Amino acid sequence: MTTPKLRIRGIVKRFGERTVLDGIDLDVTRGEVISLIGSSGSGKSTLLRCINLLEPTDDGSIELDGVDIAEPGLPADPVRRRIGMVFQSFNLFPHMTVLRNVTLGPRKALGLAAGEADARALDLLTRIGLADKANEYPDRLSGGQQQRVAIARALAMQPELMLLDEVTSALDPELVGEVLDLVRDLRTQGMTMLIATHEMAFAREISDRVCFLDAGRILEQGSPQTIFANPQQERTREFLQRIIDLG
Amino acid sequence: MTAVGPTRRQRYEARQRRRSVIIATVSTVVVVTLVVVLVPLTSGWDRVRAAFFDGETFRKTFPQLPGRFWYDIQIFLICTPCIVLLGLLIAFARNVRSPVLYPLRLFATVYTDVMRGVPMILWITIIGFGIPGLIQNRTWGKAIIWASVALVLAYSAYVAEVFRAGIESVHESQRAAARSLGLSSRQTMFHVVLPQAVRRVVPALMNDMVSLQKDVALVSIVGPIEVLRQAGIAKAKFYNFTPYIGAAILFLCVSIPLTRFTDHLLARERRRMSGTAVR
Repeated sequence: MTTPKLRIRGIVKRFGERTVLDGIDLDVTRGEVISLIGSSGSGKSTLLRCINLLEPTDDGSIELDGVDIAEPGLPADPVRRRIGMVFQSFNLFPHMTVLRNVTLGPRKALGLAAGEADARALDLLTRIGLADKANEYPDRLSGGQQQRVAIARALAMQPELMLLDEVTSALDPELVGEVLDLVRDLRTQGMTMLIATHEMAFAREISDRVCFLDAGRILEQGSPQTIFANPQQERTREFLQRIIDLG
Repeated sequence: MTAVGPTRRQRYEARQRRRSVIIATVSTVVVVTLVVVLVPLTSGWDRVRAAFFDGETFRKTFPQLPGRFWYDIQIFLICTPCIVLLGLLIAFARNVRSPVLYPLRLFATVYTDVMRGVPMILWITIIGFGIPGLIQNRTWGKAIIWASVALVLAYSAYVAEVFRAGIESVHESQRAAARSLGLSSRQTMFHVVLPQAVRRVVPALMNDMVSLQKDVALVSIVGPIEVLRQAGIAKAKFYNFTPYIGAAILFLCVSIPLTRFTDHLLARERRRMSGTAVR
C-alpha cells in the first residue's frame, strides 16, 4: 500500500478548558475528495486550520507525504506553501486588485518573477472566467466572484492539497452554484481536497468519502451512499434528519 | 408610468431642506449681531481693543512676521517625516512577539508612556537646554536642534499609538489568509497588514500633524526668533499685544486648511465604512 498524501493520527486541540478536537484519525490518499460534515462547533473548521498549521495542535501527528508537519518547532511557511486554503469569508486582500491578490503568494512566498506570476494568475483567472476582473478591487465583485478569486489565489501556489472551509456558507443562494462548479472542476483535474461543508447534496455528489464529525471526533465515515442512505450511528441519523427538515 | 418632475416625497424633502437652511442662516445672523453689539458695550472693551487690535501697530509689526513664521514651517516640515518614521518603528517594537526581542517591546511600551505623560513644554525645556549643556559644541549643541528633537521624540510616541491601533484594527482573518499562502510574518506585515492599517489611520495622523504645526511655536522658549518670539519682541517695543494677533492669524492660515482636509478625509472614511448617514 502506498503512503497516503495526508495521514492524521490522534489530533487533539483544546481552547482553554474546551476540547475542540478529541483524537482525530484520518487518511487521505492522493486525488481523494473527502467531505467533513457535522453541526457547527463539531470541529470541522478547526481540523482544517490545524492541518494548515494556523492553529497549533496539543497532541497527535499530521503527516504530509510521511513527514510529521505538526512537530513543534518545524518551520510552518514551507508546509503552508504546499497546502491551499479557502475560507468561508473569502479573506481577499481589499487593498489589492484581483490580479495582485492572486500573484502575491507566488511572488513573495515562491519568489516568482512578476511576469511569470502575472501569466500564471491570468491563466487561472481565464479558467475561472474572471480574467476581465483582473484589475478590479475585490469590493467591486459579487460574493461568488470573490470566492472564486480566493480559490484561484490558493491554486496559484500550485498546492498538493486544498482545504475548503465552508466556502459557500457566506454566499447568497443563487451564487453558490458557480463556486461549487469550480470545485467540481478541481475534482476533475485530480486535486486532493478536504471540504468542510453544510451543502449535503454537494457532499454526496463530489466526495469519495464523507466523515461525520461530532464533538471533536470522527463518529462515522464511509462512502457518500453509506453515510447518507444508511448511517450506522444514531447521532449521524439525527444530524441528517435535522438538515433534511431544514431543507 | 414614470413621473415627470419631482414626486410628492421629493418635494417634501426639498421643502424640509430649505427650511433647515433658513433656520441656520437666521440663527447665525442673530448670534453674530449680538456678539458685535454686546462685546463693545462691556466696560473694558476700549482698553482691550487698543491693546490687542491696534491697526497702527498691526501695520508696523505684521510684515516682519511671515518671514519668522517660515522658520516654524521649516521645523514642522523637517520634524514630520522623522516623527512618522520613528512612530512606525516604535509601533513595530510594541508588536514584536519574539521572546528575544522582549526588551525592545518593554522599552517601546515604557517610551510611549513616559513621552506622553509629560507636557510638551517640559520636554522642550529639558532636552532643548539639557543636551546642548552636555555637548558644548557649536554646530550640534544648538538649542533649536535639540528642541526639535524633543518635538520628534514626544510626538512619535503619540503617532506610534495611532499606528498600533491601526495595525490591531486589521482583522485576524487577513493575517490567516496571508500566512496560509506561505507568507512569513514579516511579509504579512508589510504586504497585507500595514498597507491597510496606514489607510485607516491617515485621518488620525493628520490630526496629530495639525497639533504639531501649532506646538512648533513652543520651541521659542529655547531662544530662536521664530514667529511667537518675534511677536513678543514687537510687543515689548510697542507696548501692545497686537503682534500676537498677527501671529495667530498666520497659524490659522495653515491649521484651518489642514483641519478641513482632515475632516474631509474622516468623512470619506466614515462613508466608506458605514454607508449612508442616518437622519
